[in-house]
Amino acid sequence: MMRLPRFRYLAPTEVAEAAAALADLGPEAMVLAGGTDLFPNMKRRQQTPGTVIGLRGIAALHARSIEPSGDPSGSARGLTLGALTRLSVIEHDRAIADAWPALAVAASLVATPPLRNMGTIGGNLCLDTRCSYYDQSHEWRASIGYCMKKEGEVCWVAPGSRRCWAVSSSDTAPVLCALGAEVTLASAAGERRIPASELFADDGIAHLTRRPDEILTAVHVPAPAAGERSAYVKLRRRGSFDFPVLGVAVRARLGTGGVIESARIFVGGTGSRPLEARAAAEQLTGRVLDDDTIRETAGLIAHIAKPMQNTDFTLSWRKSVAAAYAARALRALIPGGAASPVPEVS
Amino acid sequence: MAGPLVPLSAVRASPPRDKLRLAFTVNGEARDLVAESYKTLLEVLREDLGLTGTKHGCELGECGACAVLLDGELVLSCLVAAVECQGRSATTVEGLRDGPRLHPLQDAFADHGAAQCGYCTPGMLLAAKALLERTPEPSRDQIAEALSGQICRCTGYLQIFDAVAAAAQVMRGERAPAPKLPAIAGQRGSHGED
Amino acid sequence: MAKTEGGGERPFQVLGKPLRRVDAIGKVTGETRFADDLAMPGMLHMKLVRSTVPHARIRGVDVTKALACEGVRAVLTGELFPIPFGILPVSQDEHALCPDKVRFVGDPVAAVVATEELIAEEATRLVEVSYEPLATIGSPEEALRVAEPRIQDHGDGGNIHKMVALDFGDVPAALAGADLVVEDCFFYQGNTHLPLEQHATLAYMGTDGRLTIASSTQTPHYLHRAAAKVLGIPASRIRIIAPPQGGGFGGKTDPFNHEIVAAKAALLTGRPVKIALTREEVFYCHRGRHPVLMRMRTGVTRDGRIVGHSVESLLDGGAYGSYGVASTFYTGALETVTYQMARYQFRGCRTFTNKPPCGPKRGHGTPQPRFGLEVQIDKICERLGKDPAQWRIDNAVPADSLTANWLKIRTIGLVPCVEAVVEASGWKSRFRKLGRGRGLGIAASSYLCGAGLPIYWNEMPHTGVQLLLDRSGGVTAFCGASEVGQGSDNVLAVCVAEVLGIDILDVKVVTGDTSLGPVDLGSYSSRVTLMMGNAAVEAAQRARDRLAEAAAARLDIAVERVGFGGGRVFDVGDPDRGMAFADAVQLAEAAGGTVGTVGSYRPPRAPGRFKGAGVGPSPSYSYSAAVVEVEVDEATGAVRVVKVWIAHDIGRALNPVLVRGQMEGSVYMGLGEALMEEQAFRRLPPRLSRALVHQTPSMLEYKSLASRDMPEIESILIERPEPNGPFGAKEVGQGPLLPIPPAVANAVYDAVRVRVDEVPITPDKVLAALRATSRRFGPDTFPAVPWPEPLIVPPPWEGGDGNATNEPRRRDRSERRTDGRDGRDPRDPPPRSPRAEEIVKP
Repeated sequence: MMRLPRFRYLAPTEVAEAAAALADLGPEAMVLAGGTDLFPNMKRRQQTPGTVIGLRGIAALHARSIEPSGDPSGSARGLTLGALTRLSVIEHDRAIADAWPALAVAASLVATPPLRNMGTIGGNLCLDTRCSYYDQSHEWRASIGYCMKKEGEVCWVAPGSRRCWAVSSSDTAPVLCALGAEVTLASAAGERRIPASELFADDGIAHLTRRPDEILTAVHVPAPAAGERSAYVKLRRRGSFDFPVLGVAVRARLGTGGVIESARIFVGGTGSRPLEARAAAEQLTGRVLDDDTIRETAGLIAHIAKPMQNTDFTLSWRKSVAAAYAARALRALIPGGAASPVPEVS
Repeated sequence: MAGPLVPLSAVRASPPRDKLRLAFTVNGEARDLVAESYKTLLEVLREDLGLTGTKHGCELGECGACAVLLDGELVLSCLVAAVECQGRSATTVEGLRDGPRLHPLQDAFADHGAAQCGYCTPGMLLAAKALLERTPEPSRDQIAEALSGQICRCTGYLQIFDAVAAAAQVMRGERAPAPKLPAIAGQRGSHGED
Repeated sequence: MAKTEGGGERPFQVLGKPLRRVDAIGKVTGETRFADDLAMPGMLHMKLVRSTVPHARIRGVDVTKALACEGVRAVLTGELFPIPFGILPVSQDEHALCPDKVRFVGDPVAAVVATEELIAEEATRLVEVSYEPLATIGSPEEALRVAEPRIQDHGDGGNIHKMVALDFGDVPAALAGADLVVEDCFFYQGNTHLPLEQHATLAYMGTDGRLTIASSTQTPHYLHRAAAKVLGIPASRIRIIAPPQGGGFGGKTDPFNHEIVAAKAALLTGRPVKIALTREEVFYCHRGRHPVLMRMRTGVTRDGRIVGHSVESLLDGGAYGSYGVASTFYTGALETVTYQMARYQFRGCRTFTNKPPCGPKRGHGTPQPRFGLEVQIDKICERLGKDPAQWRIDNAVPADSLTANWLKIRTIGLVPCVEAVVEASGWKSRFRKLGRGRGLGIAASSYLCGAGLPIYWNEMPHTGVQLLLDRSGGVTAFCGASEVGQGSDNVLAVCVAEVLGIDILDVKVVTGDTSLGPVDLGSYSSRVTLMMGNAAVEAAQRARDRLAEAAAARLDIAVERVGFGGGRVFDVGDPDRGMAFADAVQLAEAAGGTVGTVGSYRPPRAPGRFKGAGVGPSPSYSYSAAVVEVEVDEATGAVRVVKVWIAHDIGRALNPVLVRGQMEGSVYMGLGEALMEEQAFRRLPPRLSRALVHQTPSMLEYKSLASRDMPEIESILIERPEPNGPFGAKEVGQGPLLPIPPAVANAVYDAVRVRVDEVPITPDKVLAALRATSRRFGPDTFPAVPWPEPLIVPPPWEGGDGNATNEPRRRDRSERRTDGRDGRDPRDPPPRSPRAEEIVKP
């Protein structure tokens, strides 16, 4: 049986307590939310914190408030999710599905039902980057001489590379970036609130801008503007379990006649962070979602997806089909347009 | 709020090799035990409580065999630290039956061939129980979705879907449907014997 | 209806009924104890130190630091295990712990035994192994090219393990005269069983003085032999218990190193020792589907008759022999049992590579050539303008005939299988008519109902059943068979209950224990229903005879008039006159002492006499046919299976619920192989590393279908009783897998007119084929193999007698015994030339 290594467990009841412990213990401590990412990693000895700070006893992190409508300029409006809000709660919340469909869809496509009952929004945002050379047991990694993300020197995905190419594999991260969400980070030194898109860095190892002494405590999603629509399309092998090998999150505001007034597009599963497709979003603006626009925009989205050979499927196929799947996300924006959010390819 | 780490009321500091004192409820009964502090709920159930009905096929959250209900929610016991179960309530396959009476899901699994080798069965049963508690009349698609976190390598799933639908019928007070059988060529029309 | 001894017909009482299986309650309550559910007081835990290099000599193993760990009780290394073992007598090439050389990443080098599993695991990382690296052989092509270093020192030279060359008639001449010759290369990727239960073993010295090994094994008898050999203990002092398993599919049919090491550790420490493998370690046990590259040539007449068929296969065997010699033969043996072939030529070559050993997975060696044959037939029909379903009907092998390679076909349900799926799927109005992106494909297949020969040569039965009838009316049935999940315990109970006219719950089955029942060779080759079932029927009929005699005396009627049913023994002429079954047992016990009987079974002798004729014969062959409907997205190459129609020639369904489960489970596994399952390996850039590792040794990344990936399945049974089967039953556990991969490939062609001549049919391959001018994806070449001189065996219709014409005339093995005793089974017919009616020249 795969077993956890020995660890010390702390159970703070206040964010401040947790932050103080994190400040005091330094990098040897890690925070635990749902356990669905940290514990497999600990069992494979990819992450070996001496102390685990369990957040589940902190009531504030479970709170959520939903005000989907109202004056979009009012900063209090919108959705605030405590970091420990479970993915299954987001998936099944009617109000979230109505106002931020891409978020509900993304949450519903994570892993499997029991894992969504355990996994949290904070944990999904902070998900460790993944790589087929890294998400392996200690013994397997010893067999390849380890890699630079843990205990080794080389990035086996690109042996000449000076950086790690592990992949951001969160479903909710590109969606929250596209929705213009913000996250609150708390430390012993205080709180700061940053755009979700700035939480991520383009490096497989240092993939979060969250400092080691910070705790992600909340996610804030602005209320949708009038005419705003969002969609998320996930490419994976099977109808459950699998991480995205491509995730396309789109938010757009449609004006009269279906003309797109503004858009933001993020791509997940192909880089070490969610990648913003700015050119594609600009291309959309001022146009209607006809076949030409969708084809051209999808091409631009696919252009920024730069997969490496370190996930499921072959690299060349993932490149070949990125535009086709991006087009599905765009088509899902069309009012009344039906598109399957989950193009399993089995 | 900066400052030295102060003693915390709820801290459960366990130096390596220290044991964990765990009091929680399992299948409706209070349990109080001492176990290795690194153990997961799966390990405590199987090794410290002798409840080996909960199975394991990967211990990494990738197969679903170890699913149990924790405070009524379907979770994977291999990824729940035992230390986080303090004061909570777990239901395992051993807690499904009502005294001598099997749960309707257990009857249906037995009658519809849903348990072949039986190894995924406990996890499947609990996933199905979680489904039927919130969706008494599930569609085929809802059943497939609810069981999509449990791998079965024997059945091809369809008899499991049948069993869950049948149990739902029984739990709604309807008659138990007979198991669906393969057609026999020759007994269904033009395929005669020779 | 079944004939009774009285000559009348009566309905079956339990047979064929959708009854709850006898072991159902344990499975749905979680009370069934699988191997890892067993625990004993004072039990120690064991973890293996596995090689982190693919190929190396072991320079030294330093266990000092590991032994010094608090809680560690023992560390075992290879010098404790000088005696090799292996499933086949011809390849005894495994050691419980590698003494001098490691051959793949995962090969076990040492074992740590400790009070906690975590302590053992941590201590394994303190065992220091120094290696002298050897060149890595990563593929069969490389194995053919690189003779040194040799991975094994046995086999057919260099890194070739086994080569087979058999000519059943002059195929080149036949092809030269054919109206159409089609040649293709195919590749079938390796895949693994992935039983949900990971292998586990608990070993202890029993209070009865027997070393007891309780283990997840499909073959307790073969483990028994291997453990006795390696440990140097008389087999009579070893007891193997095979608890019910959480699936096997062939992955638990070899004796495994961890089983023997745990036993040794229990002997050394004097305490029970448990090892429970991780999922990754199960991938290293493997013994799964061989990756096979094939070249096939088929010559047909204008009207589609096969005048000659040739198969060349190249198997990637991994680092050890395992069942490999048999697997090699199986890539050719069953090619002839579905469609008439005038001549047949087979070349098979298995190579060693530095990977976990391949072996038998559901369909053992036959799904690969079945894929090639069924796809090639589809292509031939396309060329000839023939309907591929009708072709299969027109060319089916006749019943009671011999094949070109001397296999004896008895009953054959191939035609009704094809007809059934054709009708159910609406084939005639839908094939080639569904429009772009949607398609139907058909394939058919056949499988053994048990191998005709045991793994090691002997003249004993392949299985035995012992019955004890006690005064309560309860019957205990003892058999060494191993319940993998397939329902073999239920087969045993049903066969006994049906003969004795009692409820299946009145039969207590005791199986999977070498100390508590007669030998059954194991749950492999789809042998248990037919073989154990026949033994059970024989034992039950003997018990019935004793009871009938006693009851006849009491009722004062002729013994022929005694009937059994409903838990009673009665006068068939006056059914109200009779007694409870228990009373009949008591009468019989009073009359003749304790009522115990035995039954056993040995398959009939096969007609082939040439070297290699031992692989392929079976008491019966089951047949299957499938139609698969797919949707293919031309933009991405994604294939979605919409529906599967599967028909299976079951002979007789002993329990239709369980039969459905085996059919759908086979379809499920076939779809996994067709679409996504891959035991793939990764080699790092050679200038940087020698590593050769399993690419995806996890449940998450080794992709298998989950619930939402399953299409609808319509299952149809063909029931035509097989005289050699118990109550006419044939196998169903493996056969229905076989037509699925080729039917998917053929459906993809119907949908988008591209050929993917390779399994799994992943979207990248479909897309590549869609973009290729050849409209095809698959291998183009077959490497040069130094084939040996072929054995020339004329087919029955070319004057042969089953012997090769160019080897010393082989006689029955039993006649070659050096002790001079004629060991021929008296039940067997004498060796003979085929009867005229068996020779149906295609």
